[in-house]
This record gives sequence, structure tokens and C-alpha cells, in this order.
Amino acid sequence: MYQYDQYDQAMVDARVEEFRDQARRRLEGKLTEDQFKPLRLMNGLYLQLHAYMLRVAIPYGTLNARQMEALADIAEKYDRGYGHFTTRQNIQYNWIKLEDAADILADLARVEMHAIQTSGNCIRNISADHFAGAAADEVVDPRPYAELMRQWSSFHPEFTYLPRKFKIAVIGSETDRAAMRLHDIGIRIVKRDGEVGAQFYAGGGMGRTPMIAPLIRDFVPLDQLITYAEACLRVYNRYGRRDNKYKARIKILVHELGAAEYTRQVEEEFAHMLSVGVEPPLEELARIAAHFADPAFVEGPKTLDRSDPDFALWVDRNTHRHKHDAYVSAVISLKPAGGIPGDATADQMRLMARLAKQYSFDELRVMHTQNVLLPHVRIADLHALWTALDEAGLGSPNMDTIEDIIACPGLDYCSLANARSIPLAQRISERFAQTGRTEVIGELKLKISGCINACGHHHAGHIGILGVDKKGTENYQLSLGGSEAEDVSLAKITGPGFDEDGVIAAVEKVTDVYLEARAEGERFLDTYRRIGMEPFKEALYG
Amino acid sequence: MKILTGNDLRSGAVTWWNGTGWSLFVDDAVDVGDDAEEILAREEAARRVNVPYAIEATIDAGGHVRPAHIKDRVRALGPTVRRDLAVPTANKTGWDWVI
Repeated sequence: MYQYDQYDQAMVDARVEEFRDQARRRLEGKLTEDQFKPLRLMNGLYLQLHAYMLRVAIPYGTLNARQMEALADIAEKYDRGYGHFTTRQNIQYNWIKLEDAADILADLARVEMHAIQTSGNCIRNISADHFAGAAADEVVDPRPYAELMRQWSSFHPEFTYLPRKFKIAVIGSETDRAAMRLHDIGIRIVKRDGEVGAQFYAGGGMGRTPMIAPLIRDFVPLDQLITYAEACLRVYNRYGRRDNKYKARIKILVHELGAAEYTRQVEEEFAHMLSVGVEPPLEELARIAAHFADPAFVEGPKTLDRSDPDFALWVDRNTHRHKHDAYVSAVISLKPAGGIPGDATADQMRLMARLAKQYSFDELRVMHTQNVLLPHVRIADLHALWTALDEAGLGSPNMDTIEDIIACPGLDYCSLANARSIPLAQRISERFAQTGRTEVIGELKLKISGCINACGHHHAGHIGILGVDKKGTENYQLSLGGSEAEDVSLAKITGPGFDEDGVIAAVEKVTDVYLEARAEGERFLDTYRRIGMEPFKEALYG
Repeated sequence: MKILTGNDLRSGAVTWWNGTGWSLFVDDAVDVGDDAEEILAREEAARRVNVPYAIEATIDAGGHVRPAHIKDRVRALGPTVRRDLAVPTANKTGWDWVI
């Protein structure tokens, strides 16, 4: 994985000291909150319901054991012993003190991490396929390009005050595991006649106006990648709306201009930018790519003993086919039945770090599904790994099932939320675990957001739940048919909302309809797309 | 009644105006009547509280202060999903009034 060079480290260290001074001046009263707020947000420090919250960037979700141990230490030393892994492959701490914030950033800098650009109207942490560099179906490893974009977008002077925040995802396979087309810019690294290049999608997003990004360029040569991204951002920065924050994302610009006109303007800007010479030399990309060379895989058994049914179930559910046939990628579930999705204690983080060192070439990935991945595990080591995870409550065999729920922090933590998300996730996962229906149902992605900002990706859920405020009480809208994958679609609302008990019962009814109607081999989403909304509405409201 | 709440500048902890200072316990909150704006301006300037604001609240049958809006009730005790992290002693009256 990438390691900081002297420039990376110097930039991050300088930012820590700059923030230390800013925080000191705020505590001494030399800065008002209005003056300080944009400065703290540029360093990922929010003020949430109960305390300050620090969001730490994990570039494309990748970290090593030392970094995960540092995250555990921060949870214990400065927070309340746990952290929350997010849908953008980051981690958040919920109980931070302002007087500790600079020390935390310094601790992060010591392990090549930071919280820069995890808030504010700038280019946020670049996300990527969590199976990058490991998946059997991968065409090109997207990580070098994600890292190149991280370096390009970090402290980019022109894009520090965009009309609104800007999120970029990079993938390198036909399968989309990063919700690529629901980002402001989605990039798929492709191969054409042996040449590597990039497809660009622009104008996707969730939030109050969900949109699927259209393709705007089918192939950008590698030696023009940054120039093309720069052109996309320049057109947005120039014409994106600044008069209304709800219409300020690039998706609104692309929608209002039309994809063809936005593309025309980008191409015009691109032609101009090519003459300016902003593209880094390919040698720099090669330097970065060298950090992502395969680890030293060794041959080994390609099959395993499946006599333990619990182990066999976990293998079937939580491992993913690797490009080397003696290895798999193993998902560590942060979704125990009844648990809080994405939360991990300091001890669990340390265990994951130890297991990464022992079994996965010192590498972990944070998944946008709020789980953690060990990308390269020998099949021969799987049973030992599973045993250790199971003992620590991290061995739930539920990847992509109805128990693998994405849920934002909701009204339990977030100042923007209108309703709680976590209790719903806890009750639903517990209910389905108890009834044993999870395995019968198979793949079903349920996503819960506590407000219209959609951090819980409810628009992209096979089943989505949105919490709203209805005259001072929590109410939940149910939607069906969304997908963040290569078959991307936006979920549609079923009808009137429900209270907490009602929406849990509604989820059960919806799964009943599916089990009744499904044809051989159909996932929930397939059945929904075949039979449409009506049978579900009839069951819910008829 | 109208009460004042905010977050402590240093720790970020939720605080409530008790008439002379800022308390961690919602039960200590006092009715500020028409004085909200004046107190808020003075206290924020003195850096004793961060982004304070006035909210509606009621007194229940047991004499406990109860913020009107669910968001402030959650703020008063802590995350409903982590009762082990609740504001110390303030939860002695239970959680059933929060939601």
C-alpha cells in the first residue's frame, strides 16, 4: 500500500501545527465560533449532538495494522473506547474534546493519516472498490489511480471552496462495489485493446435529489486522467449553483444543463487544460503504482474442510473469490445481530490489526458497507481466522444479507438527523436472526438513513428506510428496488410512512411477498423488478 | 417554559443554563422567560458555551425538565442505543420520556 513520501508527511505535519494554533486561539477567545467553524471542519471536526465528532480519512478504505492500532489507541485515549466505520470508508469518533483535537491529529500524522477534507465543500476522501487488488473479476487495480487522485485533490487550491462537497469513487471491474454511479464523479478504470484508461461518469449522488451519474467520457487515456478530472471540476466550480445549498451539488448542474451540454463544456475546458500542462508525468503514476504491487502470494490448498456447518456458512457468506486461487478475501462483519452497524471497540480494532498482520499481509480495508475486509487470506488459514473472529463477536456470517444493514448514526448522534436509524437496524437484524429467515432470503441489501441527506444510502437499498420528523415524532418511509451496484437503480417509496414498530413489521411483510413470489435463483431485487411494486403495496396497505 | 442549551466549548458536552452557569443535567435547566437572547449573547461572548440556543420545554409530574423536541431529549441523556454512556445520574428518572 501507499506510503507517504517527504512531501506528504511535511504537508500533514504542517497542517497539524496550523490547526493546533487555530484551536488554541479558539479556546482563548481570539476566534469566534463563526470564524473557527470552517477551520475545524477543514480538519474533520464537527459539532454533533453530544460532543465534537472527528472524521478520519481512510484513503480508498485501505489501512495497515499499525494504522488500525493507532485508531484503537485514539478510541481509548481520547474517546469512549470505540469508533464508527462509515459508508465512505472512513472512521468517526463521537466523543472528542476540542482541547484534545490537535493531539489526535498529531497521533494520526505519526501513522500517515489525517482528517483533512473529511468535511467542507471540497473534494472528500476518494473511495474505491474494497476488493481492489484482490478480486478475481478485476480488470485493473484501481488503487494507484485513486491514490493519484488523492494527491491531486489534497489541498487543491482551486477546489477548496466548491459550491458543495464533492465525492469521487474509483473502480476497476465490471462489478460495482463502490456505488460508483452514485458519486459526483465515478471513474471506472478499463482496458481497451490492451491500453488502460478511464471511463468518467458525472453528476450522480444520493441526498434529497438522488441521481444516477451518466457516462460522459468512455475512455480517457491515462496520461490525461487528472486533466480530465480537472476539467470536470472547473466547469462545476464555475457554474454550480451557490445561491441554494440544496441545488449546489454537481448532479443538479448536470441535470439542468443536460449531460450532453455538460460534457460539451467539459470537453472544451479539457482541450484548454491540455495546453496548460497540469497532468503529472506518467513516471509519478508509476512511482505510486509500485506501492500497490502484489504481496508475495504462495501456493497452497485450494479447498477446505467444510465439516463444521457454522464455518462453512461463514465461508460461503463472508469470503470473496480472489485472483490467486489459494487465497480469498474475508469480510469481518461489524453487524452482529442486534449490534450497532459499523461500530468497533478498541479491542476489536486491535484484534483486526493482529489478524491482518497474521493472515493478510498487514492490510485491511474499510468497506462502504461498514464492515472491514482482510483482502488476502490463504484458504489454509481460513478456519483459524474464523475461529478468532467468532470468539470476538466478529464472525457473523451475514454479508449482503438482511442482517448486513447499512445505517447512518441517525438521531442518536447526528445533529442533522430527524429520526433514529440504529435502533431499527438492531431490531431488524435481531428479528431476522431469531427467525432464521436470513439464509432463506439470501441477498437483500437493507439501508437506513435518519434524514434526507442519505448517509445510510437508503435510495440504493433493495429495501430502503428513511427516517423523517412527523410533527415531532419519528416516522419512517419505506422504499424498494434500489441498487448501488452495476445494475444501479433508485428505490421507490411504497406509500405512507410507518412508526418504528410499523416499519419493522412492514419489512417482514415485504420479505413475505418476496418469498412467496420469487422464481428459481432470484434475489429480492430480481423479484421486485419482475413483479413490480403493486404486490408489495397490497401487502403493506391493502 | 423556555430553557437554554448548548455545548461546552472545551469538551463539547451538552450543557443547560441553570441560572448562574451551565450544568450537564437537564433537570437543572431553568425557565429564562424573555431573557434568552441577552443570556445567550453574554454567555457565548464569555466562551462559557458553544452555539447556545433557546428551546421549549415542560415540567413533568415529577418536577423534571423535559425538552419539547425529541432531538433535545436525546441530547439530554445521550444516545438511546448506548445507555452505558448516558449522562451520569441524569438518567435516574429512566429513559421512557426520551422517545
